[in-house]
Amino acid sequence: MVVCLKQVPDSSEMRINPKTGTLVRQGVTSIINPYDVHALEAALQIKDQWGGQVTVVSMGPPFFEQSLKEAVAVGADRTVLVSDRAMAGADTFATSRVLAEAIRRIEQEFGPVDLIFCGRQTIDGDTGQVGPGIAARLDIPVLTYVIRIREVNPEGRYIVVERKVEGGRQVVRSALPALLTVEKELNELRYASLPGMLRAARHKPIVWNRETLGLERTEVGLLGSPTIVARSFTPPERKRETVLIDGSDPERAARELADRLLAHPTFRK
Amino acid sequence: RGAGETPDLESYRGVGIFIEQHGGQAAPVAWELAGIGRKLADKLGVELIGFVAGHQVEAVAQEAVERGCDRVLVMDHPALGVYRNEAYARVLTPVIREVKPEIFLLGATTTGRDLAGTIATTLQTGLTADCTQLDVDPETRLLDAIRPAFLEKQLAVILCKKHRPQMATVRPKMMEPAPRQPGRQGEIVRVPVDLDESTLRTRVLGVIDEPDPQAQLERADVVVAGGRGLQDPKNLKLLFDFAQVVGGVVGASRAIVDAGWIGREHQVGQTGLTVRPKVYFAFGISGAIQHTVGMENSELIVAVNKDPDAPIFKVADLGVVGDLFAVVPALQAELARRLDA
Ligand SMILES: Cc1cc2nc3c(=O)[nH]c(=O)nc-3n(C[C@H](O)[C@@H](O)[C@@H](O)COP(=O)(O)OP(=O)(O)OC[C@H]3O[C@@H](n4cnc5c(N)ncnc54)[C@H](O)[C@@H]3O)c2cc1C
Ligand SMILES: Cc1cc2nc3c(=O)[nH]c(=O)nc-3n(C[C@H](O)[C@H](O)[C@H](O)COP(=O)(O)OP(=O)(O)OC[C@H]3O[C@@H](n4cnc5c(N)ncnc54)[C@H](O)[C@@H]3O)c2cc1C
Repeated sequence: MVVCLKQVPDSSEMRINPKTGTLVRQGVTSIINPYDVHALEAALQIKDQWGGQVTVVSMGPPFFEQSLKEAVAVGADRTVLVSDRAMAGADTFATSRVLAEAIRRIEQEFGPVDLIFCGRQTIDGDTGQVGPGIAARLDIPVLTYVIRIREVNPEGRYIVVERKVEGGRQVVRSALPALLTVEKELNELRYASLPGMLRAARHKPIVWNRETLGLERTEVGLLGSPTIVARSFTPPERKRETVLIDGSDPERAARELADRLLAHPTFRK
Repeated sequence: RGAGETPDLESYRGVGIFIEQHGGQAAPVAWELAGIGRKLADKLGVELIGFVAGHQVEAVAQEAVERGCDRVLVMDHPALGVYRNEAYARVLTPVIREVKPEIFLLGATTTGRDLAGTIATTLQTGLTADCTQLDVDPETRLLDAIRPAFLEKQLAVILCKKHRPQMATVRPKMMEPAPRQPGRQGEIVRVPVDLDESTLRTRVLGVIDEPDPQAQLERADVVVAGGRGLQDPKNLKLLFDFAQVVGGVVGASRAIVDAGWIGREHQVGQTGLTVRPKVYFAFGISGAIQHTVGMENSELIVAVNKDPDAPIFKVADLGVVGDLFAVVPALQAELARRLDA
């Protein structure tokens, strides 16, 4: 099993510099993308039941090692950090290319991969496109928005999951190998064990770069990305003209409020 | 190799939209795409092409014409009856490749996002997620795909310069739906579908209908939210009764969720849901920034709070300074009377 894990800035600390309009990265702590924690737990639970190994892979700068260590503390068997300056500025197309290539390499080195887990989306890029992208590149089925795993059948080579859709859930059976993107409701991450923490403290991820994966410079990072962020801006704050009504006479206030409400364009159209 | 630039960008023409439907019912976002798609197509002087996949979807195709499509491509097959990534991607991708639209849009619903990620990767093109505004430059023919970034505090303009189609998913309820024009003419083309169920690796075993309370709150036109000013969980009845009268869905501040008065699926704000209803009622909510980020983009905000300095009045359009236990029932009675009339 492979878990794709991204390290992201803690959203509760994210601030925009009002002068420059850019994200303040300084002093913001990093966390494992909240959905990816559940992707990891899903893989660990299947390992508990069926055996096998859990490899965690991440594409990012060297400090992503911190999250990979956390993954080892809760039970990941090995971690791979794909890190290369040339990979900076990747969009989801380039990211899924690198991760798919890394997963192929993991298969070659450590044996077949039956299940790949991703989070539903990240809290920084927030696209949810990387999971379907990896699956398309590996030509395996993708099951998005998974909220429950009903059955894993390694002998029969299939998995049955429940996935969230508009207005309900779908129960889907898929052949293995398959890629799942998971929701938070799927599970709760276990605590790190003491031996796990000790292992994590000594752990060093396997580090691969563009050349290890046999990718061209033009296939990764900014050069390998069809989309570019042309510019970003802070939208002008919507000025609201607040009308305050004195509520000491509730009936009168209610009448006035109703007048204004029902006269509002929102109601008139 | 490289980023696999699309050869011959010039041969791509037209705006394509994915008409999402479930069981022969078009998803609301489909007509929102028809609305914005029509505008983009007119600006570029090209046709608007609807892509409908499913089973027994003639009525949807017909409506797509009435909502502004010049041409509708229908892919009808029993294996497309219920949405499935594998089947839909396999059918749609080659058709898009052949039709060569310069822009292709899908709704940023679970279905649209699921499908878009697969198709864009196979077509080797760029995909912008969850756009809230779209525009096109008729000179360069580039799509300005605009999406919120960094906790919705900023907007980013994303371009896809050298790959076609320029793909994007569009957030529901951000675009004006295209009006239906009965009698509008357009071409409906049935595309032959060659799908063998035995070659598909996934199967939908069942569909569980289950109204998702969070999705309901996110999609609601009217939200009636309450906070600690309600003072006691038994007073939640006030909210639910009011919501009944105005046809709204109940929301909550985190304070009363944490206090265990109401389920977390009702929470609005930074660590809850982001809502954009037409009207947001805030009763007994102070208006902490963590709450307002989740509702400040509502069209009309109405607040009742006894504290004239409560920060909620800074984001509200209409505010009543008073006791919610007196004002809310009075407003409810007033609205019930006038909405019935
Ligand atoms: C303002 C802004 C807007 C952007 N908009 C777009 C856009 O519209 N389209 C586009 O293609 N790109 C866009 N990008 C780039 C994109 O966000 C990426 O940085 C890309 O590397 C990852 O996409 P994501 O974070 O959205 O991942 P998602 O697709 O949301 O991630 C889903 C899952 O994939 C896995 N995953 C994602 N990234 C990694 C990783 N680096 N390592 C390991 N696992 C990972 C995780 O399991 C994660 O939960 C944008 C970037 C910025 C700054
Ligand atoms: C990391 C973090 C994340 C958070 N995320 C969220 C979030 O997602 N959503 C969220 O809502 N909060 C969130 N919060 C909490 C937020 O900061 C506020 O504490 C919370 O929103 C307050 O809820 P409240 O307005 O119901 O309560 P209070 O702040 O206690 O306000 C109660 C209001 O009711 C008024 N009132 C009292 N009695 C009456 C009466 N009889 N008639 C009329 N008015 C009356 C008072 O004047 C007061 O303004 C978060 C906080 C943190 C630190």
